[in-house]
Amino acid sequence: MENLIALLVAAPLLGAAVLLCGGRRLDRAGHWIGTVLAAASFVIGAVLFTDMLGRGAEDRALHQHLYSWIPVEGFQADVAFQLDQLSMTFVLLITGVGTLIHIYSIGYMEHDERRRRFFGYLNLFLAAMLILVIADNYLLLYVGWEGVGLASYLLIGFWQHKPSAATAAKKAFLVNRVGDMGLSIAIMLMFTTFGTFAFGPVLEATGDTSEGKLTAIGLMLLLAACGKSAQVPLQSWLGDAMEGPTPVSALIHAATMVTAGVYLIVRSGAIFNGAPDAQLAVVVVGAVTLLFGAIVGCAKDDIKKALAGSTMSQIGYMILAAGLGPIGYVFAIMHLVTHGFFKAGLFLGAGSVMHGMNDEVDMRKYGGLRKFMPVTFLTFGLGYLAIIGFPGLSGFFSKDMIIEAAFAKGGTEGWILGSVTLLGAAITAFYMTRVMLLTFFGEKRWQPDAEGHEPHPHESPKSMTIPMIVLAFGSVFAGGFFSIGDRFVHWLEPVTGHDHGHAPVSATTVTAATMVVLVIGVAVAWVMYGRKPVPVVAPRGSLLTRAARRDLLQDDFNHVVLVRGGEHLTRSLVYVDHTLVDGVVNGTAASMGGLSGRLRKLQNGYARSYAVSMFGGAAVLIAATLLMRAV
Amino acid sequence: MSATLAAAVTTTSTGEAVQFWILGTVAVIGALSTVLMKKAVHSALSLAGTMMVLAVFYLANGAYFLGIVQIVVYTGAIMMLFLFVVMLVGVTAADSLKETLKGQRWLAAACGLGFGILLIAGIGQASLRTFNGLGTANARHGGNVEGLANLIFTKYVFAFEITGALLITATVGAMLLTHRERTERAKTQRELSQERVRSSHLPPLPAPGVYARHNAVDIAGLLPDGTPSELTVMQTLRQRGQIRDVSSESLADLKALEQRSGERLGRDRGPERDPAEEEEEVAK
Amino acid sequence: MNPVNYLYLAALLFTIGASGVLIRRNAIVVFMCVELMLNACNLTLVAFSRMHGNLDGQIIAFFTMVVAAAEVVIGLAIIVSLFRSRHSASVDDASLMKL
Repeated sequence: MENLIALLVAAPLLGAAVLLCGGRRLDRAGHWIGTVLAAASFVIGAVLFTDMLGRGAEDRALHQHLYSWIPVEGFQADVAFQLDQLSMTFVLLITGVGTLIHIYSIGYMEHDERRRRFFGYLNLFLAAMLILVIADNYLLLYVGWEGVGLASYLLIGFWQHKPSAATAAKKAFLVNRVGDMGLSIAIMLMFTTFGTFAFGPVLEATGDTSEGKLTAIGLMLLLAACGKSAQVPLQSWLGDAMEGPTPVSALIHAATMVTAGVYLIVRSGAIFNGAPDAQLAVVVVGAVTLLFGAIVGCAKDDIKKALAGSTMSQIGYMILAAGLGPIGYVFAIMHLVTHGFFKAGLFLGAGSVMHGMNDEVDMRKYGGLRKFMPVTFLTFGLGYLAIIGFPGLSGFFSKDMIIEAAFAKGGTEGWILGSVTLLGAAITAFYMTRVMLLTFFGEKRWQPDAEGHEPHPHESPKSMTIPMIVLAFGSVFAGGFFSIGDRFVHWLEPVTGHDHGHAPVSATTVTAATMVVLVIGVAVAWVMYGRKPVPVVAPRGSLLTRAARRDLLQDDFNHVVLVRGGEHLTRSLVYVDHTLVDGVVNGTAASMGGLSGRLRKLQNGYARSYAVSMFGGAAVLIAATLLMRAV
Repeated sequence: MSATLAAAVTTTSTGEAVQFWILGTVAVIGALSTVLMKKAVHSALSLAGTMMVLAVFYLANGAYFLGIVQIVVYTGAIMMLFLFVVMLVGVTAADSLKETLKGQRWLAAACGLGFGILLIAGIGQASLRTFNGLGTANARHGGNVEGLANLIFTKYVFAFEITGALLITATVGAMLLTHRERTERAKTQRELSQERVRSSHLPPLPAPGVYARHNAVDIAGLLPDGTPSELTVMQTLRQRGQIRDVSSESLADLKALEQRSGERLGRDRGPERDPAEEEEEVAK
Repeated sequence: MNPVNYLYLAALLFTIGASGVLIRRNAIVVFMCVELMLNACNLTLVAFSRMHGNLDGQIIAFFTMVVAAAEVVIGLAIIVSLFRSRHSASVDDASLMKL
């Protein structure tokens, strides 16, 4: 069975190689090759999953050592895979959602000339993401980490003829570099601390390591997670990343890649358990991002950017949960999986809407689409209900668990975190209701575009609706399936450990409170957007709204602090370099030049002059000898 | 300086003292003339004299072998080599004693004076009142030459061997330095004759010397107006500037000859003239 | 008379030779002055040999002579080839080693 693990990666990798190297002759079949290989990977994953279920909880982890990558004395880097319950969860999510989105893309990218290349990139992403989650050491994880970064860059900038897309790709790449730097530093720290970077030995050795070192490693890992998962302060790239094709937004920037940070933190749980300060930092980052993303999501009129803010916020939930320690690890992953379903579904729905609306993204120009796109409306609506936590649907269970876990953290911290998560739930309900109302309800607000083409909203082809339906099923039932009888907790407990904590309030109370804030959020949204007609041109709005439209000034902050600051720093460094460093160097050179210009006059080329010097020198030597004797 | 006396003594014999003061003066004069003589040949001869004096001093100091070697090798071989080279290179403008480098002479004088004074002061400071003499050392192996041979072939045998290698190398080096590789094809007879025809001088160059009494090669032939023609002197001498101008003498001789023959033949020479005036005229 | 006088004479000869090297321009004369300096050294060695009563000084003087012979051969060869190429035996003419 172990030997199948490598095939998980091999299938999409083969697809990427064939599609990217195959050239134009594969244009007609390219999307099928990509989809079949993605599906093959899913099938292999499913086979491995059944096999895993057949074994006891403790010996479910599989290992496959492929080859020694860098075998040096004292530095053993292997290409080795580890498939345990946590990895398995991700494998199924990635290959499952990935396959669905491949299918969706067949329809969505139908008219794109470079569809083959698109599928090649998608396969490349799948391969890299799978390497990331099934690597058995941090170095190989880093390979996957960089691989998904590359795929993300290529896919965000897929429509590179648009300057905005090219810029967004570059922005994502650069911001991710900051995080990647954190990961590489963390790996180096691990190597110096533990002498290895394989998961097993590192996580076992955390007990004997000083808290300071663990905190340093933890903070670096958190930086990495912030970069990849678009958490404050490295969140700025995610909104712009929506320039990529919608399937990419669904797969990479909602369901899988952006959750890699959560995976990293949960995987490194042992390190964070030993470093409470790092854990606190994780929680703070999660809580801040949760509110940040939610506020941004409220103000955006671009449907994809509103969803991107939502993604940021939901990942904030996961990061927060992961920062709670053993109380939250399982719930972080559970929310991750359910979020993968409903957020992918929502993005695919948004893509479907855009597909029918001539790629219009402004929600203020939608309205009343439920009649024109029933399937999209239905699946999108189910995803909407799931994300706001409507009772019985996926989000209800997973988010509720996180809120409970936040309270269970105990003490003041527990109360603050609990309140933040509750507030987040209210805002989530508000902005998702807003999206729903603006898009599918109310009057139709679309108008002919500049060339006079009036959009004719229509339902998308089957290849697009079927994945949406499947994902909607997941959105509806996954949470319940996981939660009934604590299935998911028992499944992941051997890997992550679990702790119930000390909840100051009962689960029922929390659920009730969640329901209350949910109703409030929906009601406010209804009052603002459902009861009265929505203006096509956005009103000026309050100061907060305007700030949120500008992503809460994150780019302005980056520009002022980092860009301007960097410019000033480099300018002053250049000044120092020119005056001080060059001054010293040039001054030395000039003085040497001047000195030698004078000295060279001694070198007149006449042997007799040189002989005088020698003779004089000899005389001085004799004088010195005599002097020494006299003394 | 008794051969049997091993104990240290402080003075030499009176004879040696007299010899030292006389020959020492000669040596210093020889050295000074080596430096100050204008012509290289004179310098070389002065140096040879100094070296001979030194050879005598070697003998007086009990270094019989070195004394003979000094005469044979230095005075006989090396100085002759010098003379050969002087002949080969000839006399050039470099022989002028006029100083061309600014301040060189002053610096040299200062350095020389300082150096000499310091050196002599150093020797004066050293406690060299007594000396041992070479009697014992020479007697140990039956003589000076045997003693030196014993040392050369035992203690200094490696140095001696290396000196042999040095001599061989020097010989080869001298051959290399003076040997000239012909870099272009030698001109054929035909080419030489063609060159000659194209040049301005088809007939043989005029011979040097004026009349039979001046057939030396360094005396230029005279043109009809009495001026010397450098063309008649060989190229090497021309380049060295070693042309003797005897035109005035020749004209004077000619005049005298004419006068004598006139007197003998009893020719009427017109109004009588003062011989001194005639001399002046000739000089003009 | 004390043999130390030989040392004074040698010092005098050496100084004269050295001054000659500095003053004269004809390479051959310069070379002769070098020989004069070498001879002065030899005289010193011989005198010391007598003072100390052993023959090692004479051996060194002998080696000096041999080396001087080799040096003369090379030196004169250099002067000849120098004269050939520059038509001059002046040490000042061979002053290309300047800027």
